[in-house]
Amino acid sequence: MGAMVWRVSRWLLLAAFALFFLVPLVALLNFSTRDTRTGERTGAAWQALVEDPTMTEAITTSLLLAALTVVGMVVLLVPTMIWVKLRVPRATRLVEFLCLLPLTIPALVIVVGMDNVYAWVDYLVGDSPLTLTFVYVVLVLPYSYRAIDSALGSLDATTLSEAARSLGAGWFTVITRVILPNIWPGVLGGAFIAIALVLGEYTVSSLTNYETLPVVIVAISKANAPESMAAALASLLFAALLLMMLSFLDRRRRHPGGK
Amino acid sequence: MSETAPLAGPAPAAAAPRRTGRSFGIGPSVGLLPFLAFVGIFLVVPTVTVCIGAFQADEGGFSLEKIRLLGEETPLKALRQSLVLSLSSAVVGAVLGALLAYLVVTAPPTSIVRRTVTAVCGVLAQFGGVTLAFAWMATLGFGGLLTNLLADSVGADPNGSSWLYEMPGLVLVYTYFQIPLMVIVFLPALEGLRPQWREAAVNLGATTWQYWTQVAFPLLRPAFLGSALLLFANAFAAYATAAALVSQGAPITPLLIRNSLTSEIVLGQANFAYALALEMIVVVALVMGLYAWLLKRTSRWL
Repeated sequence: MGAMVWRVSRWLLLAAFALFFLVPLVALLNFSTRDTRTGERTGAAWQALVEDPTMTEAITTSLLLAALTVVGMVVLLVPTMIWVKLRVPRATRLVEFLCLLPLTIPALVIVVGMDNVYAWVDYLVGDSPLTLTFVYVVLVLPYSYRAIDSALGSLDATTLSEAARSLGAGWFTVITRVILPNIWPGVLGGAFIAIALVLGEYTVSSLTNYETLPVVIVAISKANAPESMAAALASLLFAALLLMMLSFLDRRRRHPGGK
Repeated sequence: MSETAPLAGPAPAAAAPRRTGRSFGIGPSVGLLPFLAFVGIFLVVPTVTVCIGAFQADEGGFSLEKIRLLGEETPLKALRQSLVLSLSSAVVGAVLGALLAYLVVTAPPTSIVRRTVTAVCGVLAQFGGVTLAFAWMATLGFGGLLTNLLADSVGADPNGSSWLYEMPGLVLVYTYFQIPLMVIVFLPALEGLRPQWREAAVNLGATTWQYWTQVAFPLLRPAFLGSALLLFANAFAAYATAAALVSQGAPITPLLIRNSLTSEIVLGQANFAYALALEMIVVVALVMGLYAWLLKRTSRWL
């Protein structure tokens, strides 16, 4: 009897949560597929995503930023973390602290304080939305760090590198051809989260007046609400797809090491 | 960690520089320089800039003027509303999120329900707030799904709920990403609750109620409080959702920072954003420090 009550109430509660989370998403879909004046169904808003030049430009910018951020993260963080693990273990705490620091320092604070730094970036690299990559690499550090750290932790990196070194491999070979292939799922996981974060990032890009996808979504919402709703839903679904892929990757990784 | 390595292998590599003296001691550390330089330039320098800027007069030189202005009514009210918003969305998010996490954890790890919930939570908690703000505008705003539904059925205002763009709306939309975040951070703690503990309690004659109140809750309390603190910090630091939802006025601190950055002068101070940003650092750092301390206590058991 008690078990029955529990089973029923469990499903009722789950249904209530499902309703709470799904209704706004259904509302997005509903709004984006309707003509605001006549109320008829139309795919115009979704079509505009690939035809409206402002929108396509913003999507391109955001995707490029995501790709550059992933490259920057991998180039900066992966060798550093492997190097710390193999050669400078006493710096472990320092690197961990610095990587997790962006959780304590809101992105908004970084924007307020980065005028001077970006004056130099503009001077050296030129004024382009893609310079946001530098801040974004910092913003994704905590998430990438965790993903790579868990992959590195499950690996006897010292033994592997000793084996490789004794066979005559240099440090570069050890990192790129011995350790990296072994932590690849972790790096990929960090990359997926980084892409999702960059595609949704609004704080920095809006306050520096660069037109990334979220900035454009907000900007056109007054003039063309359905289109901005369509873009919002599309980017949400894209991020969902990425994180779903990540969860499958996670499961594949867990299976062989399950014993 | 390195002490437990079974092989004597690492010894020569590590010992060689130590024997040859100080000048070689920093050898491998040089490899960290690119990382340290990057983080230094793009994270530490902006933070330090904020901290120094908060104590500087606009013409240069030390001044406590900006800090003093934090006590004026506008920033104080924004801070109070920010704290209320963070606290209420953290409490609601923590309670409902813990409940959802419990509903999910009782299902087997491979079940569809569990996979779906964790996947959806991952997206909603980590993806930017702009889309979530729009989702709620499409629901409760002008011409929204629920707005039309309510207007047709009970005759509610067909123009949408104006409270969506004020504090109650912010709490609602924040809850929409706080519950998923709670599920993500609290699920591991719930998974750590071993069935053996329950069996032991039942063997000793405990009822379900006694098990929950005397075993499970005390065990989970640090993890729960820690997660709630994380939620609080997350809400306090959030900007995108509020910025997309509230286009005018500045009911909360992050939006007051926006005003100060975009429309030049707040309270007669050009760079007042520095002081407000410092205020944010202090609040978030306090909360995260408490979180780290609680996390240490949790890891003893779970």
